[in-house]
Amino acid sequence: MTDTTATATTPLTTTGADTGTDRGVRALPVTDLSLVVLIGASGSGKSTFARAHFKPTEIISSDFCRGLVADDENDQSASGDAFDVLHYIAGKRLAAGRLTVVDATNVQKEGRRQLIELARTHDVLPIAIVLDVPEEVCAARNAERTDRAGMPRRVITRHTRELRRSLRHLEREGFRKVHVLRGADEVGRASVVREKRFNDLTHLTGPFDIVGDIHGCASELETLLGKLGYVDGAHPEGRTAVFVGDLVDRGPDTPGVLRRVMSMVRAGTALCVPGNHENKLGRHLKGKAVRLTHGLAETVEQLSKESEEFRAQVGEFVDGLVSHYVLDGGRLIVCHAGLPEKYHGRTSGRVRAHALYGDTTGETDEFGLPVRYPWAEDYRGRAAVVYGHTPVPTATWLNNTICLDTGAVFGGRLTALRWPERELVDVPAERVWYEPAKPLGSEAPGGHEGRPLDLGDVQGRRIVETRHTGRVSVREENAAAALEVMSRFAVDPRLVPYLPPTMAPTATSRVEGYLEHPAEAFAQYAADGVARVVCEEKHMGSRAVVLVCRTADVARERFGVMDPEVTGALYTRTGRPFFDARDRTEAVLDRVRAAVTAAGLWEQLETDWLLLDAELMPWSLKASGLLRSQYAAVGAASGAVFPGALAALDAAAARGVDVAELRERQRGRAEDAAAFTDAYRRYCWTTDGLDGVRLAPFQILAARGRSLAALPHDTQLSLIDRMVEHDGSGLLQTTRRLYVETADAESVRAGVDWWLEMTGRGGEGMVVKPVEALVRQEGDGKSRLVQPGIKCRGREYLRIIYGPEYTRPENLEVLRRRSLGHKRSLAIREYGLGLEALDRLAGGEPLWRVHEAVFAVLALESEPVDPRL
Amino acid sequence: MYVFLKISTTGTHERPATDLGFLLHKHPDNAQAFTTSYGVAHVFYPEASEQRCTAGLLLEIDPVAVVRRSRSGARGGKGDAALAHYVNDRPYAASSLLAVALSRVFSSALRGVCKARPERAEQTLPLRIEVPVLPARGGPELVRRLFEPLGWAVTAEPVALDEQFPEWGASRYVRLALDGETRLAQALRHLYVLLPVLDDAKHYWVSADEVDKLLRAGDGWLAGHPEQTLITSRYLARRRSLTREALERLELVRLADADDSDVEEIDNAVDENSDTEERPVPLAVQRREAILTELRDSGAERVLDLGCGQGQLVHEMLKDARFRQIVGVDVSVRALTVASRRLRLDRMGERQAARVRLTQGSLTYTDKRLAGYDAAVLSEVVEHVDPDRLPALEYAVFGSARPRTVLVTTPNVEYNVRWESLPAGHVRHGDHRFEWTRDEFRAWAERVAARHGYGVRFAPIGPDDPEVGPPTQMAVFTTTEQKEAKAA
Repeated sequence: MTDTTATATTPLTTTGADTGTDRGVRALPVTDLSLVVLIGASGSGKSTFARAHFKPTEIISSDFCRGLVADDENDQSASGDAFDVLHYIAGKRLAAGRLTVVDATNVQKEGRRQLIELARTHDVLPIAIVLDVPEEVCAARNAERTDRAGMPRRVITRHTRELRRSLRHLEREGFRKVHVLRGADEVGRASVVREKRFNDLTHLTGPFDIVGDIHGCASELETLLGKLGYVDGAHPEGRTAVFVGDLVDRGPDTPGVLRRVMSMVRAGTALCVPGNHENKLGRHLKGKAVRLTHGLAETVEQLSKESEEFRAQVGEFVDGLVSHYVLDGGRLIVCHAGLPEKYHGRTSGRVRAHALYGDTTGETDEFGLPVRYPWAEDYRGRAAVVYGHTPVPTATWLNNTICLDTGAVFGGRLTALRWPERELVDVPAERVWYEPAKPLGSEAPGGHEGRPLDLGDVQGRRIVETRHTGRVSVREENAAAALEVMSRFAVDPRLVPYLPPTMAPTATSRVEGYLEHPAEAFAQYAADGVARVVCEEKHMGSRAVVLVCRTADVARERFGVMDPEVTGALYTRTGRPFFDARDRTEAVLDRVRAAVTAAGLWEQLETDWLLLDAELMPWSLKASGLLRSQYAAVGAASGAVFPGALAALDAAAARGVDVAELRERQRGRAEDAAAFTDAYRRYCWTTDGLDGVRLAPFQILAARGRSLAALPHDTQLSLIDRMVEHDGSGLLQTTRRLYVETADAESVRAGVDWWLEMTGRGGEGMVVKPVEALVRQEGDGKSRLVQPGIKCRGREYLRIIYGPEYTRPENLEVLRRRSLGHKRSLAIREYGLGLEALDRLAGGEPLWRVHEAVFAVLALESEPVDPRL
Repeated sequence: MYVFLKISTTGTHERPATDLGFLLHKHPDNAQAFTTSYGVAHVFYPEASEQRCTAGLLLEIDPVAVVRRSRSGARGGKGDAALAHYVNDRPYAASSLLAVALSRVFSSALRGVCKARPERAEQTLPLRIEVPVLPARGGPELVRRLFEPLGWAVTAEPVALDEQFPEWGASRYVRLALDGETRLAQALRHLYVLLPVLDDAKHYWVSADEVDKLLRAGDGWLAGHPEQTLITSRYLARRRSLTREALERLELVRLADADDSDVEEIDNAVDENSDTEERPVPLAVQRREAILTELRDSGAERVLDLGCGQGQLVHEMLKDARFRQIVGVDVSVRALTVASRRLRLDRMGERQAARVRLTQGSLTYTDKRLAGYDAAVLSEVVEHVDPDRLPALEYAVFGSARPRTVLVTTPNVEYNVRWESLPAGHVRHGDHRFEWTRDEFRAWAERVAARHGYGVRFAPIGPDDPEVGPPTQMAVFTTTEQKEAKAA
């Protein structure tokens, strides 16, 4: 338990007179990352010694620093500034992980204290090398140097006196190794030997099987080792087990666990880092007074039945454990409680404390347990950190870190990670061996995966890192609006793993009478290098996301929903439920589930839940408020005003008043208004319960363990067709489609005709998508996402959007000036965030990570963009 | 696009109906056009004889102008298309725009000036006024209440929203015909004031001299009108709405848009007219008193008001120096803006201001900023949270923020039968997701207390009815001793 020094078995290394009888080479062990402090009077030969044993860049001399700040290496009045510079340079080197040698007299305690402090700040060992050379020798050497010839003898006398006085105290001051070289002869015979740190096992490449907290669960450990392929503590393929600590306490058979692990470590088939429970056991075994709480009493009781010899072996084993290991060329860090990057491979008391106990905030939670600082959420390091310590319901990767403590002793599971495969292997606990002080997860959203959603995950200005669109930023005011809607109106965020992105319309058409026309959409995809697109009928309903689980158990286990009646969700594009009544939602889910089951999709997609992107009809089902207050009102007003007005104009005309032009115009407008009323009426039909309600799924977004967002649309649609075919309830509706080759004029013409025919009959229009779904365009050394879909809305439908008279030439001319740039950019950013949410969901990341991306989609929806686009 | 209005009169050889043309200053044999701020107004006469004369006013509204003006004017120049729907009823319905056109086109008639027939301007005429599409908040009933006292015989029929969907009922439009004997100027003034009053729309035109205009146009008839208060407040409400629009949360408008909803459906956290409380105000006062008493008894100095709304409780706490730190948290930015304005935070002295902070937060998330307080108040908050999201709130308050004392008040649904104005089976507020009986509240509170290491007791607020209990119920949670535990 002493790896804060570089030497596990001898805490302090002092070499000096008593070992200096050998007249051969004097070996001076120096840890490869340390702060080496040379101590000696002026003229004792420190600089010569340093040059002989260290690289020039490793040495920082106070003389040099004086020169830097005062143009005179011997200007003692510049010492203060010179040492500031020296400390600054040394600090930078140590932070970067480079051995540093301080060449200064360092005979005064205060000077040394500052250097020890510096070493501690950077979590490296301070090492002292003392050059104890007789005063006369120093004086003679100085006399030979022109720049120092004038130095009074009393200076050297004082140096020598101070050095002598210091010698005995160096260890107590904090130097972890002290090498004393007596006399010029011994200085000359010295040889610095660089030693690796004990935590540096970068040369070991495994493969490894890293095992989480065992806590005396010997039987589960044996089962797990068996499942991992170990036979009697050894793996036939030469794999190495790595234990993250907390082998002991609470469980039924701590001695059994220790016997297994100790023998494997001895045999070289395992590595082990200590946990806080080993640390406490070690102190107990050394006879220190510790309270027998948190399961230590069980261990003490079990060990009392073992031999004295075994207990001694345990004490020795525990004492020799190194707080953390750097493995596999620096790619893997294993420790008990996790470790931020700046501590990797470092050696100090606080590194050890963090490795054993983690970082606590000083607060306690509702169970009186310390609140732990979530260091992993800030972690951005290159090396994977594998640890345990805090029981979590399931082991999940977070920022390249993973906690393997899945609460085996509390009735959870014992979990191992295969490295470099990154596969999880676990076995269930045989029973609850120890009642946990608090449940493994809380019932709040996200609690089942470690920690509940926190406001800090979503509030304020935020940057979300995405795989497909880089960093997406969310402005504060948009996050504030999203917070309001998400908190007050959305479905439980556990059931909202995705929100659909907005979609850009096709470039504005110049075709007479049209604002949108598919020709531009095909042309845009052709320009984007997309050869084959699918045109999908745009349904006349509301965008809906459907999360359907095979059973309520699946909803509980995968999504953490506690209510046994809930098997999924059906929500709008802002996360609001379609139906206030839960049983109505469940009735829809029942029908979808039956169709999925009958179509055999659970088996084919190897999943027990599906996330679907769909359209729910009729539009009037959700938007009835808007329909009545906006659209029907306009229809009613226009319908009531025109007949009388036209009659009045007719009468005036009959009297010979010249109102012909005015009358003609009003007639046209009456027709436009009637067309408008027809347009919105197509979106309304009366429903009774679920009778009349239709759901048209058009994409399967995700299934267990994977995002299906990149599955080509033809494959998607054939899966969905099977679902629709097997729907006996009449709920599901198919999506009509046409495939178009963007470079083939014939095919493009067919696509345009299809759209004209469909919209001519009052259809809403279509969405054109690349068949390959997720497409990137490479060019100019850049790679960017291609729009996942472009909508081409029907001429009549657009009356609802742009007003009854938008098709009049003068109005169209104004509307054609619409700008699509922001909408397109928004569509891509939201698409990237949606993909990110699905990827995070597929990767089993905790809820707050998924929610972060979902929330950002909602926030972006409140950006100022022309809502008619 | 247009709005339409017809004014008819009858006459005799001595007093020909065509004098209407002189009175309106518009010749019956011509069609005339006038440019107004929102489009072109046409005046023409479908009939003009000695016996009968009818003038039509047709306003062709330029939707682009409407949008442009609503952007630069009432909306504070924020140019946001979300607020300017191209699809709206303005071009068809007789609204304030028509009133503006009326005053522009018939300005002399409105003033009662007629140079050609000055004596006719002073005389009453048999008039018939037809407004085919009158937006009337309040329906035909209110239309009658407004026009009948002025001597009009009123025919007001509701217009169906859509005859294909009879279940949608009537629209807010009324087909109006007024018959009466009055001076033309007076009739026009009635229309000028009452059209916008009935429309009760929030936007389109507001100017600082609105009061003067009302006084001028209402001269001689408004003072004695039985609905004077309603007319005045509605007419001038458009000025108040200015402040409301300044507060309007554009981001929320867009989110409502994205979901095909009216913004009122989601931006409904603040009801500025009713103090969040439809019940007699004394109950709200009693509730605050009860909360303050409990807070004082608990010795709390640092207090969270979770769901502070418009800051009434924060305001009360500020008056008592023992509350050293008061944090008001609400998820609604509008509520916080109103609270800040009501508390006059910007004008508060430094020392006082240092005691109070208002911040947006949500109890469906844990919030590190809320840890370490003595007490938290959730007054009339839990019932605004969907039941399936309550566990998140419970954890955020009792597990994560974990103040020593927590006060929760909520309506007692049993008491609802005592509210005479509340229809049976209705909740007290449109946004209440549930209302609990006393037993339900107790069961919830006791479960939460047990789960999170709190003790709980209950107190009534308001008259404690022997049969149905008090109107408001309160639970007082206090942490039990800290369990001793250090390392896991």
